Amino acid sequence: MNISLNITETIQEWLMSMMPEGVASIAAMVTVALIYLIIFAVAGLYLVLLERRVAAWFQLRIGPNRVGPLGLLQTMADALKLVSKELTGTIKADKFLYNLAPYFVIVSSLMALAVFPFTKEFQAFDINIGIFFLIAISSIGVIGILLGGWSSNNKFALIGAMRSGVQTISYELSVGLSLLTMIVITGSLQLSEIVEVQKQGWLILQGHVPAIIAFMVYMIAGTAETNRAPFDMVEAESELGAGFHTEYSGMKFAYFFLAEFINMFIIAAIATTVFFGAWLSPFGITESLPWLGVFWFLGKTLILVFLMMWFRWTFPRLRVDQLLTLEWKYLLPINLINILIMAIIVWLNLTIKF
Amino acid sequence: MSYFSDIYKGIKTLLTGMSVTGKYFLTSRKGAITQQYPDNRDTLKMFERFRGEVVMPHDENNEHQCTGCQKCELACPNGSIEIIWDRGIDEATGKKKKFIDRHIYHLGLCTMCGLCIEACPTDAIVWAQNYENSTYDRTQLTKVLNRPGSKVKAGIED
Ligand code: SF4
Ligand code: SF4
Repeated sequence: MNISLNITETIQEWLMSMMPEGVASIAAMVTVALIYLIIFAVAGLYLVLLERRVAAWFQLRIGPNRVGPLGLLQTMADALKLVSKELTGTIKADKFLYNLAPYFVIVSSLMALAVFPFTKEFQAFDINIGIFFLIAISSIGVIGILLGGWSSNNKFALIGAMRSGVQTISYELSVGLSLLTMIVITGSLQLSEIVEVQKQGWLILQGHVPAIIAFMVYMIAGTAETNRAPFDMVEAESELGAGFHTEYSGMKFAYFFLAEFINMFIIAAIATTVFFGAWLSPFGITESLPWLGVFWFLGKTLILVFLMMWFRWTFPRLRVDQLLTLEWKYLLPINLINILIMAIIVWLNLTIKF
Repeated sequence: MSYFSDIYKGIKTLLTGMSVTGKYFLTSRKGAITQQYPDNRDTLKMFERFRGEVVMPHDENNEHQCTGCQKCELACPNGSIEIIWDRGIDEATGKKKKFIDRHIYHLGLCTMCGLCIEACPTDAIVWAQNYENSTYDRTQLTKVLNRPGSKVKAGIED
Protein backbone atom coordinates (compact mmCIF):
# COMPACT_ATOMS: atom_id res chain seq x y z
CA MET A 1 0.00 0.00 0.00
CA ASN A 2 1.36 3.34 -0.86
CA ILE A 3 -0.96 5.90 0.68
CA SER A 4 0.55 9.31 0.87
CA LEU A 5 0.28 10.20 4.52
CA ASN A 6 1.87 13.59 4.52
CA ILE A 7 -1.49 15.31 4.52
CA THR A 8 -0.41 18.93 4.56
CA GLU A 9 1.95 18.53 1.63
CA THR A 10 -0.38 16.34 -0.36
CA ILE A 11 -3.23 18.78 -0.02
CA GLN A 12 -0.99 21.72 -0.69
CA GLU A 13 0.43 20.20 -3.87
CA TRP A 14 -3.04 19.36 -5.05
CA LEU A 15 -4.24 22.90 -4.43
CA MET A 16 -1.11 24.43 -5.96
CA SER A 17 -2.03 22.81 -9.26
CA MET A 18 -5.16 24.94 -9.25
CA MET A 19 -4.25 28.30 -7.73
CA PRO A 20 -1.31 30.59 -6.95
CA GLU A 21 1.05 29.63 -4.18
CA GLY A 22 0.02 32.01 -1.42
CA VAL A 23 -3.66 31.23 -1.78
CA ALA A 24 -2.89 27.55 -1.99
CA SER A 25 -1.04 27.41 1.31
CA ILE A 26 -3.82 29.27 3.11
CA ALA A 27 -6.44 27.03 1.51
CA ALA A 28 -4.39 23.98 2.51
CA MET A 29 -4.26 25.16 6.13
CA VAL A 30 -7.99 25.70 6.20
CA THR A 31 -8.68 22.30 4.66
CA VAL A 32 -6.43 20.50 7.12
CA ALA A 33 -7.97 22.41 10.02
CA LEU A 34 -11.45 21.45 8.86
CA ILE A 35 -10.49 17.79 8.51
CA TYR A 36 -9.06 17.77 12.04
CA LEU A 37 -12.07 19.63 13.40
CA ILE A 38 -14.53 17.11 11.99
CA ILE A 39 -12.48 14.07 12.96
CA PHE A 40 -11.99 15.22 16.52
CA ALA A 41 -15.50 16.51 17.08
CA VAL A 42 -16.73 13.02 16.21
CA ALA A 43 -13.89 11.36 18.13
CA GLY A 44 -14.75 13.51 21.16
CA LEU A 45 -18.36 12.37 21.01
CA TYR A 46 -17.26 8.74 20.91
CA LEU A 47 -14.95 9.30 23.85
CA VAL A 48 -17.98 10.52 25.80
CA LEU A 49 -19.81 7.36 24.81
CA LEU A 50 -16.81 5.24 25.77
CA GLU A 51 -16.64 6.94 29.14
CA ARG A 52 -20.30 6.25 29.78
CA ARG A 53 -20.04 2.61 28.79
CA VAL A 54 -16.88 2.07 30.79
CA ALA A 55 -18.42 3.80 33.79
CA ALA A 56 -21.42 1.52 33.50
CA TRP A 57 -19.23 -1.56 33.43
CA PHE A 58 -17.31 -0.43 36.47
CA GLN A 59 -20.57 0.02 38.32
CA LEU A 60 -22.09 -3.26 37.09
CA ARG A 61 -24.60 -1.45 34.95
CA ILE A 62 -25.22 -1.75 31.23
CA GLY A 63 -24.89 1.83 30.05
CA PRO A 64 -26.45 3.57 27.06
CA ASN A 65 -27.65 0.90 24.64
CA ARG A 66 -30.83 2.23 23.06
CA VAL A 67 -29.97 4.76 20.37
CA GLY A 68 -28.62 2.95 17.35
CA PRO A 69 -26.91 -0.44 17.44
CA LEU A 70 -25.39 -0.99 20.90
CA GLY A 71 -26.14 2.63 21.73
CA LEU A 72 -23.48 3.83 19.30
CA LEU A 73 -25.50 6.87 18.25
CA GLN A 74 -26.32 7.97 21.78
CA THR A 75 -23.86 10.85 22.00
CA MET A 76 -24.69 11.98 18.46
CA ALA A 77 -28.30 12.28 19.56
CA ASP A 78 -27.17 14.14 22.69
CA ALA A 79 -25.15 16.57 20.59
CA LEU A 80 -28.13 17.19 18.31
CA LYS A 81 -30.27 17.83 21.33
CA LEU A 82 -27.72 20.28 22.72
CA VAL A 83 -27.51 22.14 19.41
CA SER A 84 -31.26 22.62 19.37
CA LYS A 85 -31.39 23.86 22.94
CA GLU A 86 -31.85 27.46 23.93
CA LEU A 87 -28.74 29.36 24.94
CA THR A 88 -29.62 30.83 28.26
CA GLY A 89 -27.49 33.38 30.02
CA THR A 90 -27.53 35.56 33.09
CA ILE A 91 -28.47 39.24 32.92
CA LYS A 92 -25.53 40.34 35.02
CA ALA A 93 -22.99 38.29 33.10
CA ASP A 94 -20.14 40.05 31.39
CA LYS A 95 -21.54 39.24 27.96
CA PHE A 96 -18.36 39.48 25.91
CA LEU A 97 -16.21 37.30 28.15
CA TYR A 98 -19.11 35.00 28.86
CA ASN A 99 -19.53 34.22 25.18
CA LEU A 100 -15.81 34.07 24.53
CA ALA A 101 -14.91 31.55 27.25
CA PRO A 102 -16.15 28.30 25.64
CA TYR A 103 -14.30 29.07 22.42
CA PHE A 104 -11.07 29.65 24.33
CA VAL A 105 -11.38 26.24 25.88
CA ILE A 106 -12.28 24.31 22.75
CA VAL A 107 -9.88 26.12 20.44
CA SER A 108 -6.91 25.63 22.74
CA SER A 109 -7.61 21.93 23.03
CA LEU A 110 -8.04 21.54 19.28
CA MET A 111 -4.82 23.46 18.62
CA ALA A 112 -2.83 20.98 20.60
CA LEU A 113 -4.00 18.17 18.34
CA ALA A 114 -2.16 19.60 15.36
CA VAL A 115 1.28 18.48 16.47
CA PHE A 116 0.69 14.79 17.22
CA PRO A 117 2.45 12.33 14.91
CA PHE A 118 -0.39 9.90 14.31
CA THR A 119 1.87 7.94 12.03
CA LYS A 120 4.96 8.55 9.98
CA GLU A 121 4.37 11.91 8.31
CA PHE A 122 0.71 12.02 9.28
CA GLN A 123 1.22 15.13 11.31
CA ALA A 124 -0.30 18.48 10.50
CA PHE A 125 2.43 20.62 12.01
CA ASP A 126 5.85 19.27 12.94
CA ILE A 127 7.03 22.25 14.95
CA ASN A 128 10.56 22.04 16.34
CA ILE A 129 9.47 22.98 19.86
CA GLY A 130 6.67 20.37 19.90
CA ILE A 131 6.57 19.44 23.58
CA PHE A 132 7.00 23.04 24.65
CA PHE A 133 4.13 24.02 22.37
CA LEU A 134 1.93 21.33 23.89
CA ILE A 135 2.69 22.38 27.46
CA ALA A 136 2.03 26.01 26.58
CA ILE A 137 -1.21 25.36 24.70
CA SER A 138 -2.60 23.05 27.34
CA SER A 139 -2.34 25.81 29.93
CA ILE A 140 -4.25 28.29 27.80
CA GLY A 141 -7.47 26.34 28.28
CA VAL A 142 -7.55 27.37 31.91
CA ILE A 143 -7.95 30.99 30.87
CA GLY A 144 -11.21 30.00 29.24
CA ILE A 145 -12.32 28.33 32.45
CA LEU A 146 -11.35 31.36 34.52
CA LEU A 147 -13.11 33.71 32.11
CA GLY A 148 -16.22 31.55 32.13
CA GLY A 149 -16.32 31.40 35.90
CA TRP A 150 -15.63 35.09 36.36
CA SER A 151 -18.02 36.44 33.77
CA SER A 152 -20.94 34.23 34.78
CA ASN A 153 -21.34 36.38 37.89
CA ASN A 154 -22.20 33.35 39.94
CA LYS A 155 -20.44 32.41 43.15
CA PHE A 156 -20.33 28.70 42.39
CA ALA A 157 -18.91 29.33 38.97
CA LEU A 158 -16.32 31.70 40.42
CA ILE A 159 -15.22 29.28 43.12
CA GLY A 160 -15.01 26.52 40.54
CA ALA A 161 -12.93 28.64 38.22
CA MET A 162 -10.58 29.75 40.98
CA ARG A 163 -10.05 26.17 42.06
CA SER A 164 -9.31 25.29 38.48
CA GLY A 165 -6.74 28.07 38.37
CA VAL A 166 -5.04 26.82 41.52
CA GLN A 167 -5.07 23.28 40.29
CA THR A 168 -3.86 23.84 36.76
CA ILE A 169 -1.10 26.24 37.75
CA SER A 170 0.30 23.80 40.30
CA TYR A 171 -0.01 20.66 38.25
CA GLU A 172 1.32 22.35 35.13
CA LEU A 173 4.70 22.19 36.85
CA SER A 174 4.60 18.46 37.29
CA VAL A 175 3.42 17.84 33.75
CA GLY A 176 6.22 19.98 32.40
CA LEU A 177 8.92 18.52 34.61
CA SER A 178 7.95 14.92 34.00
CA LEU A 179 8.03 15.53 30.25
CA LEU A 180 11.39 17.29 30.62
CA THR A 181 12.71 14.17 32.32
CA MET A 182 12.11 12.34 29.07
CA ILE A 183 13.50 15.19 26.99
CA VAL A 184 16.79 14.58 28.80
CA ILE A 185 17.01 11.27 26.91
CA THR A 186 15.80 12.46 23.53
CA GLY A 187 17.64 15.76 23.53
CA SER A 188 15.00 17.25 21.27
CA LEU A 189 11.61 18.85 21.72
CA GLN A 190 10.45 18.00 18.23
CA LEU A 191 7.90 15.23 18.31
CA SER A 192 9.03 13.51 15.12
CA GLU A 193 12.55 13.37 16.51
CA ILE A 194 11.32 12.00 19.83
CA VAL A 195 9.70 9.20 17.85
CA GLU A 196 12.92 8.69 15.91
CA VAL A 197 14.87 8.17 19.16
CA GLN A 198 12.31 5.59 20.25
CA LYS A 199 13.14 3.31 17.35
CA GLN A 200 15.80 1.94 19.73
CA GLY A 201 13.18 1.09 22.33
CA TRP A 202 10.30 3.04 23.76
CA LEU A 203 11.42 5.73 26.15
CA ILE A 204 9.74 4.08 29.11
CA LEU A 205 12.12 1.11 28.57
CA GLN A 206 15.13 3.22 27.62
CA GLY A 207 14.85 5.30 30.75
CA HIS A 208 13.72 2.37 32.98
CA VAL A 209 13.25 3.39 36.67
CA PRO A 210 13.15 7.19 36.39
CA ALA A 211 11.03 6.90 33.25
CA ILE A 212 8.44 4.82 35.07
CA ILE A 213 8.40 7.32 37.94
CA ALA A 214 8.07 10.15 35.43
CA PHE A 215 5.20 8.32 33.76
CA MET A 216 3.36 7.87 37.05
CA VAL A 217 3.84 11.52 37.94
CA TYR A 218 2.73 12.52 34.47
CA MET A 219 -0.45 10.47 34.63
CA ILE A 220 -1.39 11.90 38.05
CA ALA A 221 -0.65 15.46 37.01
CA GLY A 222 -2.27 14.97 33.63
CA THR A 223 -5.48 13.76 35.20
CA ALA A 224 -5.41 16.80 37.44
CA GLU A 225 -4.86 19.07 34.44
CA THR A 226 -7.96 17.83 32.70
CA ASN A 227 -9.98 18.50 35.86
CA ARG A 228 -11.26 14.96 35.98
CA ALA A 229 -12.06 12.94 39.04
CA PRO A 230 -10.39 12.43 41.50
CA PHE A 231 -9.27 16.01 40.87
CA ASP A 232 -12.63 17.40 39.79
CA MET A 233 -13.15 19.96 42.52
CA VAL A 234 -13.62 22.43 39.71
CA GLU A 235 -17.05 21.01 39.05
CA ALA A 236 -17.64 19.18 42.31
CA GLU A 237 -21.33 18.49 41.86
CA SER A 238 -22.03 18.08 45.54
CA GLU A 239 -20.72 21.53 46.47
CA LEU A 240 -20.68 23.72 43.37
CA GLY A 241 -23.54 22.69 41.13
CA ALA A 242 -21.68 22.31 37.87
CA GLY A 243 -18.74 24.53 38.80
CA PHE A 244 -17.47 26.98 36.22
CA HIS A 245 -20.04 26.02 33.59
CA THR A 246 -23.08 26.32 35.85
CA GLU A 247 -24.47 29.19 33.80
CA TYR A 248 -23.85 27.67 30.40
CA SER A 249 -26.39 25.77 28.37
CA GLY A 250 -26.84 24.26 24.95
CA MET A 251 -23.90 24.30 22.58
CA LYS A 252 -21.71 26.45 24.81
CA PHE A 253 -21.96 23.85 27.52
CA ALA A 254 -21.24 21.20 24.92
CA TYR A 255 -17.98 22.96 24.03
CA PHE A 256 -16.79 22.75 27.63
CA PHE A 257 -17.87 19.16 27.81
CA LEU A 258 -16.24 18.18 24.54
CA ALA A 259 -13.07 20.06 25.48
CA GLU A 260 -12.77 17.98 28.64
CA PHE A 261 -12.79 14.79 26.62
CA ILE A 262 -10.48 16.09 23.92
CA ASN A 263 -8.11 17.21 26.67
CA MET A 264 -8.18 13.73 28.10
CA PHE A 265 -7.29 12.39 24.66
CA ILE A 266 -4.47 14.94 24.40
CA ILE A 267 -2.99 14.00 27.76
CA ALA A 268 -3.08 10.34 26.75
CA ALA A 269 -1.67 11.16 23.32
CA ILE A 270 1.27 13.09 24.82
CA ALA A 271 1.99 10.13 27.08
CA THR A 272 1.83 7.81 24.08
CA THR A 273 4.20 9.98 22.09
CA VAL A 274 6.72 10.59 24.84
CA PHE A 275 6.67 7.32 26.78
CA PHE A 276 5.27 4.62 24.51
CA GLY A 277 6.79 5.25 21.12
CA ALA A 278 3.89 7.05 19.40
CA TRP A 279 3.05 5.16 16.20
CA LEU A 280 5.92 2.67 16.50
CA SER A 281 4.67 -0.89 16.72
CA PRO A 282 5.98 -3.19 19.47
CA PHE A 283 9.20 -4.91 18.26
CA GLY A 284 8.71 -3.20 14.91
CA ILE A 285 6.34 -5.90 13.67
CA THR A 286 4.54 -3.64 11.21
CA GLU A 287 7.47 -1.47 10.26
CA SER A 288 6.90 -1.95 6.54
CA LEU A 289 3.35 -0.60 6.71
CA PRO A 290 3.58 2.95 8.04
CA TRP A 291 -0.16 3.59 7.78
CA LEU A 292 -0.74 0.95 10.48
CA GLY A 293 0.91 3.47 12.79
CA VAL A 294 -2.43 5.20 13.17
CA PHE A 295 -3.78 1.99 14.60
CA TRP A 296 -0.92 1.64 17.08
CA PHE A 297 -1.07 5.28 18.08
CA LEU A 298 -4.80 5.22 18.72
CA GLY A 299 -4.58 1.84 20.41
CA LYS A 300 -1.98 3.00 22.90
CA THR A 301 -3.81 6.28 23.45
CA LEU A 302 -7.09 4.52 24.14
CA ILE A 303 -5.42 2.23 26.67
CA LEU A 304 -4.17 5.30 28.53
CA VAL A 305 -7.58 6.96 28.23
CA PHE A 306 -9.04 3.82 29.75
CA LEU A 307 -6.54 4.11 32.59
CA MET A 308 -7.76 7.63 33.29
CA MET A 309 -11.34 6.43 33.28
CA TRP A 310 -10.35 3.67 35.65
CA PHE A 311 -8.94 6.35 38.00
CA ARG A 312 -12.12 8.32 37.73
CA TRP A 313 -14.44 5.50 38.68
CA THR A 314 -12.24 4.25 41.50
CA PHE A 315 -10.90 7.13 43.52
CA PRO A 316 -12.81 9.56 45.73
CA ARG A 317 -12.43 13.28 45.18
CA LEU A 318 -9.58 15.12 46.94
CA ARG A 319 -9.97 18.16 49.12
CA VAL A 320 -8.29 21.39 48.00
CA ASP A 321 -5.59 21.21 50.67
CA GLN A 322 -4.92 17.55 49.93
CA LEU A 323 -4.65 18.40 46.28
CA LEU A 324 -2.03 21.05 46.92
CA THR A 325 -0.17 18.85 49.41
CA LEU A 326 0.04 16.11 46.81
CA GLU A 327 1.49 18.47 44.26
CA TRP A 328 3.86 20.62 46.26
CA LYS A 329 5.04 18.16 48.90
CA TYR A 330 5.10 14.94 46.92
CA LEU A 331 5.00 15.21 43.15
CA LEU A 332 7.25 18.24 42.76
CA PRO A 333 10.19 17.10 44.95
CA ILE A 334 9.98 13.59 43.52
CA ASN A 335 10.00 15.06 40.07
CA LEU A 336 13.03 17.25 40.70
CA ILE A 337 15.03 14.37 42.13
CA ASN A 338 13.85 12.17 39.30
CA ILE A 339 15.08 14.60 36.67
CA LEU A 340 18.48 14.58 38.39
CA ILE A 341 18.62 10.79 38.40
CA MET A 342 17.66 10.75 34.75
CA ALA A 343 20.42 13.23 33.93
CA ILE A 344 22.96 11.05 35.73
CA ILE A 345 21.73 7.95 33.92
CA VAL A 346 22.01 9.61 30.57
CA TRP A 347 25.41 11.03 31.44
CA LEU A 348 26.75 7.61 32.49
CA ASN A 349 25.10 5.98 29.46
CA LEU A 350 23.01 3.68 31.59
CA THR A 351 19.96 3.87 29.32
CA ILE A 352 18.77 0.61 27.80
CA LYS A 353 19.02 0.61 24.03
CA PHE A 354 18.08 -2.20 21.70
CA MET B 1 10.69 8.75 57.46
CA SER B 2 6.92 8.76 57.46
CA TYR B 3 7.21 10.69 54.20
CA PHE B 4 8.33 7.64 52.26
CA SER B 5 6.05 5.22 54.04
CA ASP B 6 3.21 7.61 53.19
CA ILE B 7 4.09 7.40 49.54
CA TYR B 8 4.32 3.62 49.73
CA LYS B 9 1.02 3.33 51.58
CA GLY B 10 -0.64 5.76 49.20
CA ILE B 11 0.37 3.83 46.11
CA LYS B 12 -0.56 0.52 47.73
CA THR B 13 -4.05 1.63 48.74
CA LEU B 14 -4.68 3.19 45.35
CA LEU B 15 -3.70 -0.04 43.64
CA THR B 16 -5.95 -2.01 45.99
CA GLY B 17 -8.84 0.22 45.03
CA MET B 18 -8.07 -0.13 41.36
CA SER B 19 -7.93 -3.91 41.60
CA VAL B 20 -11.37 -3.94 43.22
CA THR B 21 -12.96 -1.85 40.48
CA GLY B 22 -10.92 -3.70 37.87
CA LYS B 23 -12.46 -6.98 39.00
CA TYR B 24 -15.91 -5.44 38.76
CA PHE B 25 -15.10 -4.23 35.29
CA LEU B 26 -14.07 -7.68 34.13
CA THR B 27 -17.06 -9.47 35.65
CA SER B 28 -19.64 -6.87 34.65
CA ARG B 29 -20.38 -8.58 31.34
CA LYS B 30 -21.63 -11.68 33.16
CA GLY B 31 -24.49 -9.88 34.80
CA ALA B 32 -25.33 -6.29 35.40
CA ILE B 33 -27.19 -5.69 38.62
CA THR B 34 -29.53 -3.22 36.98
CA GLN B 35 -32.65 -4.17 35.05
CA GLN B 36 -33.46 -3.22 31.47
CA TYR B 37 -36.76 -1.50 31.94
CA PRO B 38 -39.14 -2.11 29.04
CA ASP B 39 -37.61 -5.42 27.95
CA ASN B 40 -38.38 -7.53 30.98
CA ARG B 41 -41.85 -6.39 31.86
CA ASP B 42 -43.28 -9.90 31.59
CA THR B 43 -40.65 -11.80 33.50
CA LEU B 44 -39.73 -9.17 36.05
CA LYS B 45 -40.39 -10.11 39.64
CA MET B 46 -40.44 -7.08 41.87
CA PHE B 47 -38.79 -7.07 45.25
CA GLU B 48 -40.69 -7.20 48.47
CA ARG B 49 -39.30 -3.97 49.84
CA PHE B 50 -39.88 -2.01 46.65
CA ARG B 51 -42.05 1.06 47.20
CA GLY B 52 -44.37 1.59 44.26
CA GLU B 53 -47.33 3.40 45.73
CA VAL B 54 -49.52 3.20 48.82
CA VAL B 55 -52.55 0.94 48.40
CA MET B 56 -55.26 -0.36 50.68
CA PRO B 57 -55.90 -4.08 50.26
CA HIS B 58 -59.51 -5.28 50.26
CA ASP B 59 -60.63 -8.84 50.87
CA GLU B 60 -63.24 -10.77 48.89
CA ASN B 61 -66.16 -9.21 50.82
CA ASN B 62 -64.94 -5.76 49.80
CA GLU B 63 -63.77 -5.09 53.34
CA HIS B 64 -60.64 -3.17 54.30
CA GLN B 65 -58.96 -2.68 57.65
CA CYS B 66 -58.97 1.11 57.88
CA THR B 67 -60.70 2.43 60.96
CA GLY B 68 -60.39 6.05 60.00
CA CYS B 69 -58.08 6.88 62.87
CA GLN B 70 -56.23 9.45 60.71
CA LYS B 71 -52.82 8.48 62.06
CA CYS B 72 -51.48 8.15 58.55
CA GLU B 73 -52.75 11.60 57.66
CA LEU B 74 -50.91 13.03 60.65
CA ALA B 75 -47.77 11.05 59.98
CA CYS B 76 -47.38 12.15 56.39
CA PRO B 77 -44.73 14.89 56.26
CA ASN B 78 -46.09 16.50 53.11
CA GLY B 79 -49.83 16.07 53.36
CA SER B 80 -50.22 13.43 50.70
CA ILE B 81 -53.06 11.73 52.56
CA GLU B 82 -56.45 13.21 53.20
CA ILE B 83 -59.10 11.31 55.05
CA ILE B 84 -62.73 12.23 54.73
CA TRP B 85 -64.55 10.53 57.53
CA ASP B 86 -67.98 10.38 59.00
CA ARG B 87 -69.78 8.95 61.98
CA GLY B 88 -72.39 6.24 61.78
CA ILE B 89 -74.08 3.60 63.88
CA ASP B 90 -72.22 0.37 64.33
CA GLU B 91 -74.67 -2.41 63.44
CA ALA B 92 -73.25 -4.91 65.88
CA THR B 93 -73.12 -2.78 69.00
CA GLY B 94 -75.50 0.01 68.14
CA LYS B 95 -72.96 2.60 69.24
CA LYS B 96 -71.79 5.63 67.29
CA LYS B 97 -68.55 4.99 65.44
CA LYS B 98 -66.09 6.73 63.12
CA PHE B 99 -65.61 5.32 59.63
CA ILE B 100 -63.93 6.54 56.49
CA ASP B 101 -65.82 7.96 53.63
CA ARG B 102 -62.85 8.39 51.33
CA HIS B 103 -59.16 7.77 51.94
CA ILE B 104 -57.55 10.12 49.44
CA TYR B 105 -53.93 9.60 48.47
CA HIS B 106 -51.97 12.02 46.27
CA LEU B 107 -49.36 9.93 44.52
CA GLY B 108 -47.98 13.05 42.92
CA LEU B 109 -47.02 14.45 46.31
CA CYS B 110 -45.82 11.28 47.94
CA THR B 111 -42.09 10.92 48.57
CA MET B 112 -42.36 7.21 49.32
CA CYS B 113 -41.08 7.69 52.83
CA GLY B 114 -43.33 5.01 54.25
CA LEU B 115 -44.19 6.85 57.43
CA CYS B 116 -47.93 6.42 56.87
CA ILE B 117 -47.54 2.67 56.62
CA GLU B 118 -45.42 2.63 59.78
CA ALA B 119 -48.02 4.70 61.57
CA CYS B 120 -51.10 2.67 60.67
CA PRO B 121 -52.13 0.66 63.75
CA THR B 122 -54.21 -1.86 61.81
CA ASP B 123 -51.94 -2.38 58.79
CA ALA B 124 -54.68 -1.13 56.53
CA ILE B 125 -52.31 0.34 53.96
CA VAL B 126 -49.29 -1.35 52.38
CA TRP B 127 -46.77 -0.81 49.59
CA ALA B 128 -47.75 -1.94 46.13
CA GLN B 129 -45.07 -3.25 43.81
CA ASN B 130 -46.17 -1.63 40.57
CA TYR B 131 -43.78 0.82 38.96
CA GLU B 132 -45.50 2.23 35.91
CA ASN B 133 -47.03 5.27 37.51
CA SER B 134 -46.70 7.82 34.74
CA THR B 135 -49.87 9.36 33.36
CA TYR B 136 -50.68 12.13 30.91
CA ASP B 137 -52.88 13.95 33.39
CA ARG B 138 -51.88 14.65 36.94
CA THR B 139 -55.42 14.47 38.27
CA GLN B 140 -55.10 10.73 37.75
CA LEU B 141 -52.44 10.72 40.45
CA THR B 142 -55.00 11.57 43.10
CA LYS B 143 -56.42 8.28 44.14
CA VAL B 144 -59.17 7.11 46.47
CA LEU B 145 -57.79 4.10 48.23
CA ASN B 146 -60.95 2.57 49.64
CA ARG B 147 -63.19 1.04 47.01
CA PRO B 148 -66.74 2.30 46.62
CA GLY B 149 -69.13 0.46 48.85
CA SER B 150 -66.39 -1.08 50.93
CA LYS B 151 -66.56 -1.21 54.68
CA VAL B 152 -64.28 -1.90 57.54
CA LYS B 153 -63.67 -5.46 58.56
CA ALA B 154 -65.52 -6.40 61.71
CA GLY B 155 -63.51 -6.65 64.87
CA ILE B 156 -60.48 -4.83 63.55
CA GLU B 157 -60.65 -2.16 66.24
CA ASP B 158 -60.37 -4.57 69.13
S1 SF4 C 1 -45.21 7.38 52.00
FE1 SF4 C 1 -44.70 9.21 53.16
S2 SF4 C 1 -45.15 10.87 51.73
FE2 SF4 C 1 -46.16 9.09 50.92
S3 SF4 C 1 -48.21 9.18 51.73
FE3 SF4 C 1 -47.02 7.92 53.16
S4 SF4 C 1 -46.28 9.34 54.70
FE4 SF4 C 1 -46.99 10.58 52.97
S1 SF4 D 1 -55.05 3.83 56.87
FE1 SF4 D 1 -54.46 3.15 58.93
S2 SF4 D 1 -53.65 4.98 59.89
FE2 SF4 D 1 -54.75 5.69 58.08
S3 SF4 D 1 -56.81 6.16 58.85
FE3 SF4 D 1 -56.86 4.05 58.14
S4 SF4 D 1 -56.41 2.82 59.94
FE4 SF4 D 1 -55.81 4.92 60.45
